[in-house]
Amino acid sequence: MRTRKSGIGRKMLKALATVASVTAVLASGAGKVLAQQSMDDPARAAYYQQFKGKRVVFVPVFMGLDLTEGWSRAMKLQSERLGYQYEVRNSNFNTAAGAQTLTSLISEKPDVIVVQNPDVTSYAKLLQKAEAAGIHVIQLNMKTNTLTYGFVGANVVQLGELQAEAVVKKCGPSTSGKVLILDGPPTSPFSAYMQYGYDNVLKKAPGITVVSRQSTGDYESAKAKSITQVVLQQHPDLCGVLGVWDNTDVGTAAAIKEAGKTGKVFVTTSGGGGAVSCKGLEDGSWDFYVSYDVPGQARDLTDLVSAALQDKEKVGTNKIVLYTPLISYTKDNVKEQSCWVLDNIH
Amino acid sequence: MKRGIVFDQQMIVFLLFAVIFIAFSLFLPGFFSIGNVVTLLRTESVLGILGLGMAVVVIGRGIDLSMIALLTVPTALVLSLAGAGYGLGLSLLAGLGVAAAVAVLNGILVAYAEIPSLFATLAVGIGLAGVGQSGLFEYDIVPWPKSLDTIAWLGRGDYWGIPYSVFAFAAAAVVVGTFMLKTRPGLFIYAIGDNPGAARIAGISVRPMMIFQYVISAIISVFAGLVLAASANNMDTRIFNLTWIYDVILVVVLGGVGLSGGRGGALNVVVGTLLIGTIINGMTIMNISYEVQNLIKGVVLLIAISLDSVINPRNEETAQQGDI
Repeated sequence: MRTRKSGIGRKMLKALATVASVTAVLASGAGKVLAQQSMDDPARAAYYQQFKGKRVVFVPVFMGLDLTEGWSRAMKLQSERLGYQYEVRNSNFNTAAGAQTLTSLISEKPDVIVVQNPDVTSYAKLLQKAEAAGIHVIQLNMKTNTLTYGFVGANVVQLGELQAEAVVKKCGPSTSGKVLILDGPPTSPFSAYMQYGYDNVLKKAPGITVVSRQSTGDYESAKAKSITQVVLQQHPDLCGVLGVWDNTDVGTAAAIKEAGKTGKVFVTTSGGGGAVSCKGLEDGSWDFYVSYDVPGQARDLTDLVSAALQDKEKVGTNKIVLYTPLISYTKDNVKEQSCWVLDNIH
Repeated sequence: MKRGIVFDQQMIVFLLFAVIFIAFSLFLPGFFSIGNVVTLLRTESVLGILGLGMAVVVIGRGIDLSMIALLTVPTALVLSLAGAGYGLGLSLLAGLGVAAAVAVLNGILVAYAEIPSLFATLAVGIGLAGVGQSGLFEYDIVPWPKSLDTIAWLGRGDYWGIPYSVFAFAAAAVVVGTFMLKTRPGLFIYAIGDNPGAARIAGISVRPMMIFQYVISAIISVFAGLVLAASANNMDTRIFNLTWIYDVILVVVLGGVGLSGGRGGALNVVVGTLLIGTIINGMTIMNISYEVQNLIKGVVLLIAISLDSVINPRNEETAQQGDI
C-alpha cells in the first residue's frame, strides 16, 4: 500500500513538476513575445513634442473659394493631429490689407506663414523680410517673382501651355482659328505666367488669331460673360476660348450658351478640379479642363509645413519648389476624376 | 424746374453719349450693329437697375453704399435656400425680408441716429457682407440651383432679339420713374432731398420717408442681384469687395442726378448707363487693357462730378444738413 501510495505520489509530483516547468517556459516565452510587440517608436515622442506651441498662419487672397477652403481644411486637420496652432488671416481680395497682415506678422513671428500672392510683386519684399526675421514662408499656388523656403502649386506656365495646345489642336486650318483670351487681374501670377505659357504655344501656331485679350477684373464671372458676349458679337465664328479659372468661366459658358454656340466654341479653363469642374464638363460649359488637384496640393502643402516646422537650418538655406502634377480633364475621362468636395480633403 | 431743358447735365451727357456713339459707329468696325447695341444694353442692364435704386436715395439727399452687399448676400441666400430644397416663394421671401430688415437699419441710423448716410451705409454694408462671408454659405460663389429655373428668364434668353435683362432694366426704369414723379411718396422724396426742413414744416413725415427710400433701394438691389445671378448662372458674393459701387455712383452722377439731392430722375440714370455702356463696349471691341479702361472710367467720373458742381452750384441752402 505504502509503496503504491508513494508511487502514485511520486508520479503526481513528477507530473506537477512537468506542468509547472512547461508553464514557466511558456510563460517566459510568451512574455518575450509580448515585449517584442510593444516597443515605442523612438522618433514619435520627439516628433510630436516639437510641434507644441508652434504657430502657422495662412494669408489667403480670399477665403470662401473651393481652393482656399480646401487648403485651409487640410492645414486645420493637420494642426489638430500635430498640435500646432493654426489661424487664417483673410485679406479679402485687398492687397493693401494683405500687406498690412504680413507686416504685423513679421513682428508677431509665427513659425510658418503660408501665403497666396495676389500679384507677382506686391508681397515680394515683405516675404523676404519675414524670412530674414526667421519665419519660414511657404507660397501657395500664386507665386511672387522671388523664391522663399517653399512653393507649393501649379506650374502656371505649363498650365497655359496645356490649355493652348488643346485649343490649337481643335482650331485647325478648317476653322476660323479665332481665339479669345480671358485673364485675371493684369499682374496676378495666373495672368502673367499663364500668358507666357499661351504665347509659347500660340506663336508656333500660325493659323491662330487672338481676336481679343481681356482681363476679367478680379476673376468676375459677370465680366467674363459680358466680354464673351461682345467678342461673340464681333466674331460669330470664334473657335476657342482660353479661360482663366472655372468659377470665372461659368460666366463665359453662360454667354456662349445664350448665343446658342455651346459645342461650337471650344472652351478651355482650369482650376482646383473640384465638383464645379466636373459639372462644367458634363453640362458642356467647357470642353477641356486642367486641374491643379487641390487634394494633392493639400498633401504637398501639409508635408511642407511639417518639414518647415522640423527644419533646424537657418531660414533661407533651403528653397523647395513642389509643382503640382497637372491633370487634364475632358468629357471622355471626367468619370475617372476625383471631382472632390470639401469632405474629401484630409 | 426753373432751368428748363437746355444744357442741364442730363442734356450734356446725352449729347456726349450721342457724339461718342456716332464716332464709334463711324470709326469702329463692328460697333454699329443691332446685335452689338443689344449686347451693350444687356451688359449694362444690372448696373442700370442698381443706378435706379441709388438714384432714389441720392434724390432724397442720401447715398446707399450698402447696395452691393444688398445685391450679393440676400440673393445668395435665395439661391442657397432654393438649392437646399425650400420652395421658390419661401426663398424669395427670406431674401427680401433680410434685405428689407437691413434697409430699415440703414434708415434708422440715418434718419433717427442722424449718422451721415455715407458712414452708416458703408458700415452696414461691410457688416452685411461680413455676415455673408463668415460661413453663411458653403462657398462665396453660390451656384444657381435648378429649382429656381422658373425665374431664370430674368437674366437669360431674349424676346424678339431683345434680352430679358434689358426688359428688366426698362421695367425698373418705368416703375421707378412713375413712382418718383407720379406718386405722393415719390414727390415727398424730392421735397425732402430739396430741403428737409421745409418738407418737415410742410407736414411730410421726413424720418419714416428716409427709411422708406432705403427699403426701395434694397428691394431694387435684390432684383438686380437676381437678374445678375440668373445671367451669370451663379452669385459671386466676392463682388462686394470690388469697385462696383463706384460704377453705380458713376452712372447716377454722370446722368445728372445731383449729389446734393432733389434733382434728377430715372431718365438721368438711363442716359448715364448708356454713356458708360457705350464707352466700355467700345473699349472692349478696341481690346484696350483693363488698367487703361479703369483710367478712362475714372477720368469720365471726374469730369462728370466737376460739371455737376459747376452746373448745380452749392449755395447756402443746399450745402446744409444732410449734405454729402
